[in-house]
Amino acid sequence: MTRAKLPPWLVLLLPAIVIILAVVMVPLLLSLYSSFTPYHLTRPETLWKWIGTFNYVKAATDPNFWRAFGRTVLLLTIALNLEMLLGLGLALMVSKVTQGQRLLRTAMMFPMMFSPILVGFQFKFIFNDNVGLVNNALQSLGLTERAIPWLVDGNLALFAIIMAEVWTSTSVFAILILAGLFALPQDPLEAAKVDGCTPWQSFRYVTLPFLMPFIYIAMAIRSLDVARAYDIVQVMTNGGPARRTELLWTLIGRTGYVDARMGYANAMGYIAILLSIAFTVYFFRKLQSARRELGMAD
Amino acid sequence: MAQVHLKDVVKRYGALDVVHSINLSISEGEFVVLVGPSGCGKSTTLRMVAGLEAISDGEVRIGDRVVNDLPPRERNLAMVFQNYALYPHMTVRENLGFSLKIAKRSQREIDAAVNEAAEILALTPLMDRKPGALSGGQRQRVAMGRAIVRQPDVFLFDEPLSNLDAKLRTQMRVEIKKLHQKVGSTVIYVTHDQIEAMTLADRIVIMRDGHIVQVGTPLEVFERPLNTFVATFIGSPPMNLLSGVIQDGAVVLADGTTIPTPPDLRVAEGRKVSLGIRADNIMPEGHSLPPSAHMAQVEMPVLLTEPLGTETLLFTQLAGTEVQAKMLNPRPVRPGEVLRFGIALDKCHLFDAETGASLRS
Ligand SMILES: Nc1ncnc2c1ncn2[C@@H]1O[C@H](COP(=O)(O)OP(=O)(O)OP(=O)(O)O)[C@@H](O)[C@H]1O
Ligand SMILES: [Mg+2]
Repeated sequence: MTRAKLPPWLVLLLPAIVIILAVVMVPLLLSLYSSFTPYHLTRPETLWKWIGTFNYVKAATDPNFWRAFGRTVLLLTIALNLEMLLGLGLALMVSKVTQGQRLLRTAMMFPMMFSPILVGFQFKFIFNDNVGLVNNALQSLGLTERAIPWLVDGNLALFAIIMAEVWTSTSVFAILILAGLFALPQDPLEAAKVDGCTPWQSFRYVTLPFLMPFIYIAMAIRSLDVARAYDIVQVMTNGGPARRTELLWTLIGRTGYVDARMGYANAMGYIAILLSIAFTVYFFRKLQSARRELGMAD
Repeated sequence: MAQVHLKDVVKRYGALDVVHSINLSISEGEFVVLVGPSGCGKSTTLRMVAGLEAISDGEVRIGDRVVNDLPPRERNLAMVFQNYALYPHMTVRENLGFSLKIAKRSQREIDAAVNEAAEILALTPLMDRKPGALSGGQRQRVAMGRAIVRQPDVFLFDEPLSNLDAKLRTQMRVEIKKLHQKVGSTVIYVTHDQIEAMTLADRIVIMRDGHIVQVGTPLEVFERPLNTFVATFIGSPPMNLLSGVIQDGAVVLADGTTIPTPPDLRVAEGRKVSLGIRADNIMPEGHSLPPSAHMAQVEMPVLLTEPLGTETLLFTQLAGTEVQAKMLNPRPVRPGEVLRFGIALDKCHLFDAETGASLRS
């Protein structure tokens, strides 16, 4: 009796292949497939009806989808830039501290230790128009007469959400930039001083180019993070009021699980993933070119 | 171009003094070399002049300005660092022109100055490379170029050649000397290599443990070392030192060998001394010590030879101390062979055995 023998490398890789197939590939393919069907969670038989690119066309022509898309990009742009500036400032200050720096570095990480859901609740309370800290403070300082409807007005709500995002994640930038500052070679800085640079010029022409790769790494990580933002928004505004803080994933989540239109949600999800991929590619390009600037990569 | 004056300059780290009250006046256009063993405070001194290190006490003047509290950018000097400290993200051209760009010079002026420096240092074919793509010697030349472009009052060099191989070092030494003759700026140059010091300097400043031990022209410090430290530090191979006692106008060594004292020295009977003889002044007979009235003869066994081509170094022994001698027009010498050596007494030195201070005064 002869039995077909598998080559040893395949045998050794088999467990990993099986797990990857079961955990990643099958759900991925299934969701991709379902995005071409009118799959409705409550009506399983709809999974077998092929409707081609109908869902994609529908998403592409749905103004609500594009508004959420645009708002996500807006949130991403504002939050990332704010976080970068604040993180840079924070890192520069902490790097100058000589005593108790460890303690500060640890304290800097605190916001990252909270669940985003809790942060959402906390900021929802802070920005609450009746009992919130912000309004209380503004009113007792006499800065405003009336309560400001932070989470009701669309722009203000987006602002509040950005505040929450910035609060939790500035430390990602701060930590990575701080690592860059620790690795910063001192000699070129001294050379710059002798060459006539003011502290600002030293920073602009020597320190900053060196930090750029670190900043781009943080940007890449955070762009993925923000592009899939869900929890904080869900808790703070639930995409409301009247969809004015709706982001891609709150829209997708609602479509999939509240409206149970899974096929359509999956189609939107795949478009959203393209956005994430685009940002990642963009920042990695930037990272590569910044590293090449420094003569670090080729 | 400017004078540089250091007056009672001290550098203190906490309670630790690493530079003790240094005084030094450097005139316009002078090439001064700070030399000394590792850790003696050469770099620290240089960095205080540059403004990269705070001055704990005393006063540094450049030209007629006290610069103690001026940041480096207001001192108008250029520095070449030991590891070059080039800007890694800028091309050679940008590295060279950076200080002028910061000074807001016109692009035409910058190009002219950069191209001239590139010409002098043969950097023209490398202008668009980044420092990462240069060899050590090329980086060193870029660092030099960056300094030249600025046309500073004072050039500071901190061991700029120590990362180069021997041949390149010799070559760059000549380049630096030429450069100084051409631009004529004041130069302070730090090295721990006494050959570099001897060949480059108008004046050598020998430092040890944060003190200045001796200041003088290369010939002065070579011919009239103030103490055994300078005597053994300057000159290669280092000066031989033999301990002995003065008796009847001669130095009596441990094994009873008697060598007359140098003719121009009067030393008290019974004083403990070190007799200093350079290898060039102790040679086997028949191997060309210039004839002199003041010669002494000793017999020594040759333990080891180091042929250098035109001359051979002989490692011998006298009164239990190793003595290095030179043999010009060398012939093969067997280890263990005993030779008669002539010592040129008028070139010998006497130092106090305890303090090491020269007895020539
Ligand atoms: N930040 C510091 N804190 C305490 N001591 C220091 C500090 N920096 C330098 N020193 C000490 O100061 C002394 C002089 O250092 P410096 O760098 O000037 O030596 P150097 O003469 O340039 O030696 P080398 O030839 O090795 O470069 C050394 O003993 C060093 O240990
Ligand atoms: Mg040094």
